[in-house]
Amino acid sequence: MNFDLTDERQMLQDTLRRFLKEHYSNEQIKALAQSSNGYSSETWTGLAQLGVIGALFSEQDGGYGGAGFDLALVFEELGRVGAPDPLLDTAILGGGILAAIGNEQQKALIESIIEGSLQMALAHAEPQSRYELARVNTTVRGDGPDFVLNGHKAVVVNAGAADQLIVSARSDGELASQTGISLFLISAKTEGLTLQDFALVSGGRAAEVQLDNVRVDASSLLGEEGEAFDALELAHARATVAICADALGLMETIRALTTDYLKMRKQFGKPIGKFQVLQHRMADVLIEIEQARSAVINLAGHVDGERDEREKHVSATKNLIGNIGKMIAEESIQMHGGIGMTEEYELGHLAKRLIMVDHRLGDAEFHLERFIDIAVA
Amino acid sequence: MDLNYTDEQLAFRQQVRVFLEAKLPKALSSKVKFGKTLTKSDHEQWHAILNEKGWLANNWPKAYGGTGWDAVHRHLFEDEMTRAHAPRIVPFGLAMFGPVLQEFGSSEQKDYYLPRILNGEHWWCQGYSEPGAGSDLASLKTTAVREGDHYIVNGQKTWTTLGQHANMIFCLVRTMKEGKPQEGISFLLIDMQSEGVSVEPIVLIDGEPEVNEVFFDNVKVPVANLVGEENKGWTYAKFLLTHERTNIAGVGFAAAGLESLKRIARTEQSKGRPLIENPHFAAKIARVEIDLMAMITTNLRVISRAAAGQAPGAESSMLKIKGSEVRQQINALTRSAVGCYAMPFVSEELERGSNTLPVGPDYAASVTGTYLNNRKLSIYGGSNEIQRTIISKAILEL
Repeated sequence: MNFDLTDERQMLQDTLRRFLKEHYSNEQIKALAQSSNGYSSETWTGLAQLGVIGALFSEQDGGYGGAGFDLALVFEELGRVGAPDPLLDTAILGGGILAAIGNEQQKALIESIIEGSLQMALAHAEPQSRYELARVNTTVRGDGPDFVLNGHKAVVVNAGAADQLIVSARSDGELASQTGISLFLISAKTEGLTLQDFALVSGGRAAEVQLDNVRVDASSLLGEEGEAFDALELAHARATVAICADALGLMETIRALTTDYLKMRKQFGKPIGKFQVLQHRMADVLIEIEQARSAVINLAGHVDGERDEREKHVSATKNLIGNIGKMIAEESIQMHGGIGMTEEYELGHLAKRLIMVDHRLGDAEFHLERFIDIAVA
Repeated sequence: MDLNYTDEQLAFRQQVRVFLEAKLPKALSSKVKFGKTLTKSDHEQWHAILNEKGWLANNWPKAYGGTGWDAVHRHLFEDEMTRAHAPRIVPFGLAMFGPVLQEFGSSEQKDYYLPRILNGEHWWCQGYSEPGAGSDLASLKTTAVREGDHYIVNGQKTWTTLGQHANMIFCLVRTMKEGKPQEGISFLLIDMQSEGVSVEPIVLIDGEPEVNEVFFDNVKVPVANLVGEENKGWTYAKFLLTHERTNIAGVGFAAAGLESLKRIARTEQSKGRPLIENPHFAAKIARVEIDLMAMITTNLRVISRAAAGQAPGAESSMLKIKGSEVRQQINALTRSAVGCYAMPFVSEELERGSNTLPVGPDYAASVTGTYLNNRKLSIYGGSNEIQRTIISKAILEL
């Protein structure tokens, strides 16, 4: 049993933390929220040059990491500053699917991702699919050598900046069946693809993606036709490590900010941190963050293992993070009082980002039910 | 013990319903229903309609142009207003300042200010909190120094809700530095157009500039604008706080929010079925509805005691805590209900004058903003921590 980081990972953590601290002040985060991509290209290039993107891929895929603990390490650091960089979309979801089922030509794109020159997005969720991975209503039909796609994809994060989209579509099977789902690698410039781009509460940007007779040839198909579910599930499991570690980083910074505030803010002639009611609640915050950290470790340790155990931990961790995230965001705002309600103070962005974690990749409710199905019932 | 309203009360409720049906503009109720921010003229339009009917000052005695209703009638009125998605009556002049003036003001002040609250000429805002005086309000530092027949006011107020629309502010100011902090506070009325008054908006986490900072830089205020006696302002402030609490539970808002949550949960899908049929989600709705049902009766118990002439004391702290918690739970469930469509940032500030298309279903647009904005419910008007302290001291005598 050893919960320490390896020397390599420790070095990556130190370098990344320094880099992010330099690049992300509260003012910089706010400026990015107004920008057209929602993130900074320079910072992205900087992350690539530090090897941060490469750390998210295995050696076999051209990187030098890619294990669950590499993902957890990188994303916890991103979370600590509330960085809006779309690493989850481009590297974990986009790159992850390429690595899992791409052919040689498709896999060649991973090199560009690691260099920082290619952006991706996964267009999978739909307006009424509500986190259910197999519920795909977007259709694909063969037309001679081509495929033709029609449908509506909801809140596709990073779609506006993406060079390539991975789009899921159903060629066969019942609406929520795991078989019959195909994935296509589609250039963002393809005719029939319409994006309605908007800012997110968490920072970053997303788009509603409409596919109106989008015609692609067979070279766009990822893996076997109708057999993409397993790759989608694995990519989502790895993305869950990422988003939960991001949430953990957010929690750590929020705790530090709130503790500092309790020591500094004086009412009734003493720091409000001297009031027992706030001390006890802050102690609960600390306990829950330790639970969250253990849950992230559990998931990171099982994400590269066999499926049943992996998926059990996906739902356990995402459920716990959702519940704890809400508690910590709400408690930190409450303990700050009015100042915690303002856009100007840095807590706002972090707390909102933490709340929004529960709206991606399944909320606490969804994963509770899923955990019951997998592990309890 | 009789849980039913009297025939007279029921007839009154019907009268309110008929009025709202006929007179509440659809453009306003639709904004309220979808959580849109009301403009100054929206508020003014609705106030004018209520004033024409004579129902604007529903907690004032008839002698001052009010309705003279008791607490039960006020409750019925507020409940019907909320159900109909009517804009809430802006409380600062009508619910807060008016009653203080009626109790402690001079007859000249009453004659001058009260009609102007009713006809909308004066929009009041509240100058209580300061950067260093929140929960500990008595530590406020804004000073008013007497020079001849004026006070010279210096300092800063904050969290001034809708101060951007106001032309008058009632302030707690320090007129004496000696003695206990509560003993040197006065209640002063300041014209916002006076030289030296400036207002800076504070944008909240939902992206909306709902509150403000108000700065006073050597502002000259006539001594005639002092309410009651100098250094007795704390007494008046406490009186005002009990009035601020008449509808503190916000049961009407909670009921409207619950109804909206159920409507959304009937439309949203979970695994191909309406979300409301999902037993886990339904259980969460049920829990908050059960809590609300009991709270409605707790509220009525306090109200009927008030109607019998017993001023609500620490009970209002109880209503504030339970009421804010129930509303916040409903807001959080509604946010969960809309799934991924809670994620888009919808800024009404940006929307105005732009042609951006809405993202996702129309009911989802304001859900995250409302959730974030209503975190204030457990912070303002004395945080829930302060309310618990009041309960433990005043009721439990701990």
